Amino acid sequence: MPIINNRLSDEEYRTNFSDIHPPFETRDAALVEANRCLFCYDAPCTKSCPTGIDVPKFIKQITTDNIKGSAHTILEANIFGAGCSRVCPVEKLCEGACVYNLMEEEPIPIARLQRYATEKAMKEKWQLFDRLPSTGKRVAIVGAGPAGLSCAHVLSRQGVEAVIYEKELKGGGLMTYGVAAYKVTPEFCADEVDYITSLGGIEIKYNKALGRDFTLFDLQQKYDAVFLGIGVGEARQLHIPGEQSEGVVDAIEFIHQLRSNPYAQIPVGDKVAVIGMGMTAIDAATQAKRLGAKEVTLVYRRTKAEMPCTEEELDLAMLDGCNVIWLAAPKEIIGEKGKVNALVCSVMTLGPADASGRRFPVDSGQTFMLEVDMVIKAAGQMPFTELVTNNLLENNGGKIEVTEKTKTNLNGVFAGGDCVNGGKEVVDAVQAGKEAAQAILKYLQSDESHFFQKESTQPTIFEG
Amino acid sequence: MANISANFLGIRSPNPFWLASAPPTDKKVNVLRALEAGWGGVVWKTLGPQIKNVSSRYSAVNYNGSRVMGFNNIELISDRPLEHNLREIEEVIKEFPDRAMIVSLMAENTREKWHELIQQVEDTGAHGLELNFGCPHGMTERGMGAVVGQDTEIARMVVEWVMEKATIPVITKLTPNVHSVVPTGRAAVEAGSNALSLINTIQSITGIDLDTFVPNPYVAGKSVFGGYCGPAVKPIALKMLATISQDEITRKVPVSGIGGISTWKDAAEFMLLGATTVQVCTAVMKHGFRIIEDMCEGLNNWMDEKGFATIYDFIGKTVPALTHWEDLDINYHIVAHINQDKCIHCGLCYIACEDASHQAINLAWGKPYNTYTIKEEECIGCNLCKLICPVDNCITMVEKRKGDEYLNWKEFQKRGLPLNDH
Ligand SMILES: Cc1cc2nc3c(=O)[nH]c(=O)nc-3n(C[C@H](O)[C@H](O)[C@H](O)COP(=O)(O)OP(=O)(O)OC[C@H]3O[C@@H](n4cnc5c(N)ncnc54)[C@H](O)[C@@H]3O)c2cc1C
Ligand SMILES: Cc1cc2nc3c(=O)[nH]c(=O)nc-3n(C[C@H](O)[C@H](O)[C@H](O)COP(=O)(O)O)c2cc1C
Ligand code: SF4
Repeated sequence: MPIINNRLSDEEYRTNFSDIHPPFETRDAALVEANRCLFCYDAPCTKSCPTGIDVPKFIKQITTDNIKGSAHTILEANIFGAGCSRVCPVEKLCEGACVYNLMEEEPIPIARLQRYATEKAMKEKWQLFDRLPSTGKRVAIVGAGPAGLSCAHVLSRQGVEAVIYEKELKGGGLMTYGVAAYKVTPEFCADEVDYITSLGGIEIKYNKALGRDFTLFDLQQKYDAVFLGIGVGEARQLHIPGEQSEGVVDAIEFIHQLRSNPYAQIPVGDKVAVIGMGMTAIDAATQAKRLGAKEVTLVYRRTKAEMPCTEEELDLAMLDGCNVIWLAAPKEIIGEKGKVNALVCSVMTLGPADASGRRFPVDSGQTFMLEVDMVIKAAGQMPFTELVTNNLLENNGGKIEVTEKTKTNLNGVFAGGDCVNGGKEVVDAVQAGKEAAQAILKYLQSDESHFFQKESTQPTIFEG
Repeated sequence: MANISANFLGIRSPNPFWLASAPPTDKKVNVLRALEAGWGGVVWKTLGPQIKNVSSRYSAVNYNGSRVMGFNNIELISDRPLEHNLREIEEVIKEFPDRAMIVSLMAENTREKWHELIQQVEDTGAHGLELNFGCPHGMTERGMGAVVGQDTEIARMVVEWVMEKATIPVITKLTPNVHSVVPTGRAAVEAGSNALSLINTIQSITGIDLDTFVPNPYVAGKSVFGGYCGPAVKPIALKMLATISQDEITRKVPVSGIGGISTWKDAAEFMLLGATTVQVCTAVMKHGFRIIEDMCEGLNNWMDEKGFATIYDFIGKTVPALTHWEDLDINYHIVAHINQDKCIHCGLCYIACEDASHQAINLAWGKPYNTYTIKEEECIGCNLCKLICPVDNCITMVEKRKGDEYLNWKEFQKRGLPLNDH
């Protein structure tokens, strides 16, 4: 049985899944780095943070021992500031823009400092935000991921009650179920959701799915406005023969399993192929390796120049001992008695650049075969096309279409995060939630909201 | 290789670096270690009536993560028995005859006490005496230390007593806790002091504990004003030294410069302003005696580069460069220039000039990097941006004279030239 669980000892699992970005051990250590910060004006790091955290300010506040102020500066801009400090690909965001890079010096460890301040705030359970008196308005939010919770937090601070409908049993979205286990633990994710909702005025109804338990129309009737932060769904299908064989798994599903169960219970193959070269592919590959797979190979149809993951992420996979085959597209999965035992790939070459400037891979006609017992599909995620279309939302291949960043075609219905952008980072979803909340607040004060379909006198149609 | 040895009133030392009278020079074990490490000489911790110290006695000022930028103490003179000190001084001189041994003194204020102490010290074979007229705490409450240095007539009287007795060179150490060090310096020189040294520590409160509300250092719920020293006081010490080097009476005697010296560069600056030797305390209290190595090597290399064969080739060289404000050239105008290849786009020059100078830097927005350029016609050449820029030589000041001729303020007024109109 090549795909088995319990390959390693408890100790090995613990080491393999321990924090890859350990925190500062001491105040002194944090201060050394914080004091290196130049306190740039109109700082490039802040401009490169999608939520616009005032980085120089929060770092300065660490140096003056104003940790509470520091945490407030961070969380005011990004309520997932604690989680983001562990999961953000900072090398292409704040730290990538740090001016020290231009001096060929190590950038300020912004994320680590951010973690230093926010960790303390969460541990001490500092309540850093106030709520304005209730406006009597209620907004329904679908999805308790980064986008939904960020939207809810802003609304609640402004005296608007937020009711979140979440199909899973835990909040946090892909932060809880998607991000690699060596970046955040389930306990941390649960604590972060609790910390965010400790503000009050945010109710999460778990195990309630849009499309299964209620419709968008139901929400429109019951609430003053609706925000959709439902993220994206399963991994893209490969549409190749043999895809249904046992041992072919969806990366999202594989990681979801890994994030919801003890590591020892997660089966993994001896020789694993991972299709794709994005963040999800890297996470699937490294975690398969860390679960004890003997050989993990990433298969990507373009070259390193086109890969969607960052250099740092690729390095992480390489350091974990994963192999990469560039310019290889999966063509067929060969199985024996319904179980995978090989992956056939076409050798690709790069054609001319398309309109976006990206060179498109072309099949060279040659093939090669990779002996594997497990194939993890991570070639992008599919939006919830059916759900979105059924609820009359204008969309582009399932990605909800919005104007002014957050408004859907339905009056009073807003959307943001992965379900709109097709899948980016946590920090982008948080910003989208913030922007949607601002738009909702404006909307609630406007005339438009009077035309909203809510009929408060009608008995509710569903028990939400 | 330059010759960095010093001859201070006949007191010879292989280099101009002495340890100031303080804890690093208060007993034989560490003084031997210092001389082994290479220090040119020591000024032994002040001797006088034996005292008792309080336990908690030091505090410091840290700045942006840099520890002990400024240092503060409430320690008194030597708290060891006089005979022990005298015996050890004698032993050290025997072991290191080529190094300078100066002994710092602070007697009770009578002629007899001073004479008695001088005799005892001279019997050890010491090469010179330093009169401590500067200790700003504790001893002052007993009519000694800074109270002597702060009153020219008392200082004059004590120096006269000392000169009646002393047969070896006498250095008077000045207190900076006065509006000018010159009057006491003059009094000492007029009374016969062979040399001066400065500065002693500056009265200070280094900080207050925001939990206990008591200043540092904390002594059972109370504190007192302390004496401040270390890198933070160097600019003040340099200025005071310069005034001694400018004054026609005080400049006649050699000076030993003290205050915030940590490196050969600091030392060279003191010497350029007229010091023949320099003394170090805080830097050694922070790093130990080993800093002497780079001090000697650095000074030597610099002297070679500048073509100075001995220290006497540059002592005092900078003094003539100090002038009166009204003699400065108003036509000398400079403007800042930003080297775009070196610029790291931190925006620090921009916000400094915008908020605190002449709004002379232009910001062209970019993501993530803005571009900053100087508006030359607005730039007054104040240097602020250059001082703040974290990259060496990124901002340089370019000379753009307002006129060819030298023009000072007196002449400017005489000619009725126009003042700024905005
Ligand atoms: C494997 C993987 C690794 C990743 N690693 C990182 C990383 O390291 N760093 C990083 O910044 N980003 C990472 N991301 C991306 C990041 O997780 C997402 O961009 C972010 O979580 C998007 O937030 P969201 O709120 O828009 O959507 P989600 O986080 O997807 O949240 C959507 C929520 O809506 C709920 N929901 C969905 N449908 C319904 C329904 N019909 N009814 C009710 N509730 C519903 C979901 O259960 C979920 O809780 C990763 C993503 C994946 C897949
Ligand atoms: C702890 C301490 C004790 C000192 N004790 C004396 C002293 O006994 N006699 C004296 O003349 N100066 C004393 N000083 C002053 C130093 O000799 C010196 O003048 C001053 O510290 C400035 O030099 P620095 O900046 O190198 O420390 C003391 C300084 C310190 C820090
Ligand atoms: S020298 Fe002064 S006035 Fe000129 S640009 Fe710099 S800060 Fe502004």
